[in-house]
Amino acid sequence: MSATTVPTGDTPVFYQLEEEHHEPGGSTLLGFWMYLMSDCLIFAMLFAAWGVYGTSFAGGPTSHELFKLPLVAVNTAMLLFSSITYGFAMIAMQEQRKGAVQAWLLLTALFGAAFLGIELYEFSELIHEGAGPWRSAFLSSFFTLVGTHGLHVTFGLIWLFTLMVQIGRKGLIPANVRRLQCLSLFWHFLDVIWIGVFTFVYLFGAMR
Amino acid sequence: MTPFRRALRPTALIATLAAPLILGGCDLVVMNPSGDVARQQADLILWSVFLMLLIIVPVMILTVVFAVKYRASNTESEYKPDWDHSTRIELVIWSAPLLIIIALGALTWLTTHQLDPYRPLDRIAPGKPIPAGQEPLEIQVVSLDWKWLFIYPEQGVATVNELVLPADRQVRFRLTSSSVMNTFYVPAMAGMIYTMPGMETKLHAVMNRVGTFEGVSANYSGAGFSDMRFPTLSVDNAGFDQWVAKTKASGGSLDAAQYLTLEKPSEKVPAMHFGAIEAGLFDRIVQMCVKPGTTCGGHMMHHGAGAQEVAPAVNNRSGDGADGALMKSPDEMKTSPHLTHPHGAPAGHSEPGADSNRNMTRMDAPAYPGRAAAGEA
Amino acid sequence: MSDTLIKMIFGRLSIESLPIHEPIVVATFAGVALGGIALVGALTYFRLWGYLWKEWFTTVDHKRIGIMYMVLGLVMLLRGFADAIMMRLQQSMAFGANEGYLNSHHYDQIFTAHGVIMIFFVAMPFVTGLMNFVVPLQIGARDVSFPFLNNFSFWMTAAGAALVMASLFIGEFARTGWLAMAPLSGLDYSPDVGVDYYIWALQIAGVGTLLSGVNLVATIVKMRAPGMGLMKMPIFTWTALATNILIVAAFPVLTAVLAMLSLDRYVGTQFFTNTGGGNPMMYVNMIWIWGHPEVYILILPAFGIFSEVTSTFSGKRLFGYTSMVYAVLVITILSYLVWLHHFFTMGSGASVNSFFGITTMIISIPTGAKIFNWLFTMYKGRIRFELPMMWTVAFMLTFVIGGMTGVMLAVPPADFVLHNSLFLVAHFHNVIIGGVLFGLFAGINYWWPKAFGFKLDKKWGLVSFWCWVVGFWVAFTPLYVLGLMGVTRRLRHFEDPSLQIWFVVAAIGAAIIAVGIAAFLMQIFVSIRNREALRDDSGDPWNARTLEWATSSPPPAYNFAFSPVIHDLDAWYDMKARGAKRPITGYLPIHMPKNTGTGIILAGFSLVVGFAMIWYIWWLAAAAFLGLLVTAIVHTFNYDRDFYISAEEVTETENARTTVLARLGA
Repeated sequence: MSATTVPTGDTPVFYQLEEEHHEPGGSTLLGFWMYLMSDCLIFAMLFAAWGVYGTSFAGGPTSHELFKLPLVAVNTAMLLFSSITYGFAMIAMQEQRKGAVQAWLLLTALFGAAFLGIELYEFSELIHEGAGPWRSAFLSSFFTLVGTHGLHVTFGLIWLFTLMVQIGRKGLIPANVRRLQCLSLFWHFLDVIWIGVFTFVYLFGAMR
Repeated sequence: MTPFRRALRPTALIATLAAPLILGGCDLVVMNPSGDVARQQADLILWSVFLMLLIIVPVMILTVVFAVKYRASNTESEYKPDWDHSTRIELVIWSAPLLIIIALGALTWLTTHQLDPYRPLDRIAPGKPIPAGQEPLEIQVVSLDWKWLFIYPEQGVATVNELVLPADRQVRFRLTSSSVMNTFYVPAMAGMIYTMPGMETKLHAVMNRVGTFEGVSANYSGAGFSDMRFPTLSVDNAGFDQWVAKTKASGGSLDAAQYLTLEKPSEKVPAMHFGAIEAGLFDRIVQMCVKPGTTCGGHMMHHGAGAQEVAPAVNNRSGDGADGALMKSPDEMKTSPHLTHPHGAPAGHSEPGADSNRNMTRMDAPAYPGRAAAGEA
Repeated sequence: MSDTLIKMIFGRLSIESLPIHEPIVVATFAGVALGGIALVGALTYFRLWGYLWKEWFTTVDHKRIGIMYMVLGLVMLLRGFADAIMMRLQQSMAFGANEGYLNSHHYDQIFTAHGVIMIFFVAMPFVTGLMNFVVPLQIGARDVSFPFLNNFSFWMTAAGAALVMASLFIGEFARTGWLAMAPLSGLDYSPDVGVDYYIWALQIAGVGTLLSGVNLVATIVKMRAPGMGLMKMPIFTWTALATNILIVAAFPVLTAVLAMLSLDRYVGTQFFTNTGGGNPMMYVNMIWIWGHPEVYILILPAFGIFSEVTSTFSGKRLFGYTSMVYAVLVITILSYLVWLHHFFTMGSGASVNSFFGITTMIISIPTGAKIFNWLFTMYKGRIRFELPMMWTVAFMLTFVIGGMTGVMLAVPPADFVLHNSLFLVAHFHNVIIGGVLFGLFAGINYWWPKAFGFKLDKKWGLVSFWCWVVGFWVAFTPLYVLGLMGVTRRLRHFEDPSLQIWFVVAAIGAAIIAVGIAAFLMQIFVSIRNREALRDDSGDPWNARTLEWATSSPPPAYNFAFSPVIHDLDAWYDMKARGAKRPITGYLPIHMPKNTGTGIILAGFSLVVGFAMIWYIWWLAAAAFLGLLVTAIVHTFNYDRDFYISAEEVTETENARTTVLARLGA
């Protein structure tokens, strides 16, 4: 303890006279973690809904008929690659190489955009086939779960581009490093969620 | 003068304030029911109150005693500002509630299984077993917007807003709903149970006294909910047979077409009787396939605990519900007027399906016939 | 202009959407409008807009945000209570041929609005406000972890409240009951704007609640003064921690379930519909998975307040601090294992029902232990019966009854006859008024001098206290009795005239409570007028024990010029006992966050998004959402968010305090 009250007799130190150096934004990562956990609960509810409604086809198309695993596999690969490239961006960040960070981030964004594109293509195909979210509870929960994930990726992309501009302007200052770390958590979190989606929705669904 | 204002007159006011003290004067039907199931439920309430009073009374007394004894102005009492722990007291304050909850928990486990509404009764009244070979009377209950339909499949009759059952005979209710959730509740007979669209629930009960009792919906279901009450007539065996014969003779038939008319929203519907019923109507209501052109064959909701029948806990009818708002073109969009405008027909319209039945908003000045003032009731 | 074009511009909003034919609403609107104009006029006349904007609306100071939450809660309390009075009046007159004065369209909105407002926009802001104000002070921090987020959270809550209020004058509110149970709340049975108002108000306010939960957890975990280990945290801070963990873990569930309901309504999905494989029971389960923890979100901080108050006014250390903390944690965890007890009558199996019944009863064990702990804190104390302590004793006597009826309802077969009855209504009012509200009044009376530097008037406080306590029992004992008479809730009209007397008594009780509320307002008014006589310069008017009393009242913007160092659970008591000397020189510049208007702008855009979505004005919703997004992004480009309070300014403030304290000491 850096306190320097002059102790008078037995009286212990009651006030800290020198400021302890507080890392600005020291709670940001903790706060962001908690936000992610609460987001995780939203997904938990959507997974629960999927668990209940996953076979409620209501006489409509079934998951076995609808899911095209090869396409989803490509899609999954896109997202996983984007996570790897984000990892490289973080390594570059630690080495303070601004250009490399930007390049990796751009690559991440491209993979993310590809993921979104494939997902939108899949959605439009389904709706075109008459398997829109209003067709049955199964499709409602499918579109909601996968769509919510996609929405998160979309916002992740917006954030990513914003951050790239900010890094371009200000460089890898502590505030931007902190933001990169938060987005990193966010991006990998979406990856983890997608693993769940891929397994429980697509794989199990296609086997039904 | 409104009853409310009348209640504010001095004499009435005194009567009003004093009346609650005369508890004997009111009819605590939940605590003093007429059916064996509700009787046991009332006993359970008393037991749980008794068990909890064991701890609540001492707490309340101690609160008052401590508050008085250790008030600041009483300098006689002991003052120990740093005393904040006693293992012995901690042990007592955690274990005493624990013991009571163990007792109550055991009681809960036993009675919950015993009084499970899905479980057929094993007696008609205390010390009065079910006569050998007597099957429970089956009554099918459908909550409609906003009235009750009772179908007696064995007797081939049906009623609306009137429940008639023989005393001292076990009744098995099978319940469902046509649109939204309600609960079926005859306080004098047994506890309530939800009626839910596309699903079937069950309730076993018996009435031990003859008389007329009140039944209600206890779960808010929309505009006409307040008047979803039905008289429950408990009659003796002979009386029941007579009633069936009379109803049969009264004519009227409940077929799918009639049901679809009946299903439309209406309020304050007087009792109706049907002398004949279309077979299998209830099952079609449960499966929501009464409408011509809809196909049955979906699965029904089954009781969670019973492992005897396994079916997915979802309905499997194809959707014909309203389109989502975002899916509509501007032309399809209706404006959302404040519903009280314009004023429609008065409340209490009993024509099923009339649009004005949803419009319960007329600001008609209520009539106050010379009925008894509040305090004299 | 073609009809199509009008609908594209205004959605389903039309002149008919305004309830201009509804005398009660029109009169209310006239009153609100006149009051509003008078308020706006006064603010303009006294040139207060700039002050309000700079010092309050854009503030990131947790104390001011806390106070704004309390003001919001108070305003909404008046609205929610007006609903209560209208219901009591209707039920006390609508017998037999008398239909009462409210039609079902109106009455059903009122009971829905009453529940929604009292829980989301009265109890929640009050609780959040107190936590916001007290917690950072109690842990010796200068602000919360995310001050900007704090401001944003408040304005989101306020935006939700504004939507509910708007529903009174534009369109209508939901007619579904406070949890908008499906399928009644689906598009098939509630096609009007009411449920949409409900959804958007709760979603927008829910964002605020969730973020303030994250904020306070981070604050408590990260920002405690040196020496304050977890087991040296004041008990109110502990309960605040538990509550905010519950918020973070429960509100996403509400967000998800309301999102699914809105998808059903806006996209036509089949989650909770009767058709297409939907299952309304899923809604009931999911909403109660949020709903039950919500109850503990409200009551736990109240428990914390009672603990602080009992200890302070008994002049004693809190009895059984450790078991108190564990009791709070046990309640926090168990609150997630009981949700099914809200629908025992929905046909679950006996084993399922028993399980949830017994877990519910188990909660009464730690709760009971807490009551005993307060009892033994009073034991061998020197109890000063100031207002907060009176509220506490009234709470103990009232709450045990509510607890008892709660355990009765937890026994499934007993619940079969009591569910949805007025007995249930009496029970939850017994715990929410007798627990949460009494706790909030204790807290307001306790911390008011800290917030404003003068005590609240005791005479009017006593009037308010007695009216509330007596009024509560007069209003709700009849409901207990009526429940046992088999009378169920949400009824607008009755046949049996013998019931009327009980409703009349209940209405009288509500009237007594109304006097209690008026007396409370009077108490505030009189106290402000007599503030010089009631002034407390010491900063510690109650001879209290925790850190918030170590600083001046009201505290400076930076709370503490020097971070206190904690050696004991009752940190301030310890400092007083061992003669801690407040340092009077050597002040340093203090790093503080800057005020920002972004929070209120974002909340404003959210409000417009919500309103536009409710009325199907798609272009406006899209535009406002874009505005929301752009504002948020622009805000992230602002890196210059803090400043230093100069050492001179700190010295000046603290020297003034030194002078005051010296005068008091002399």
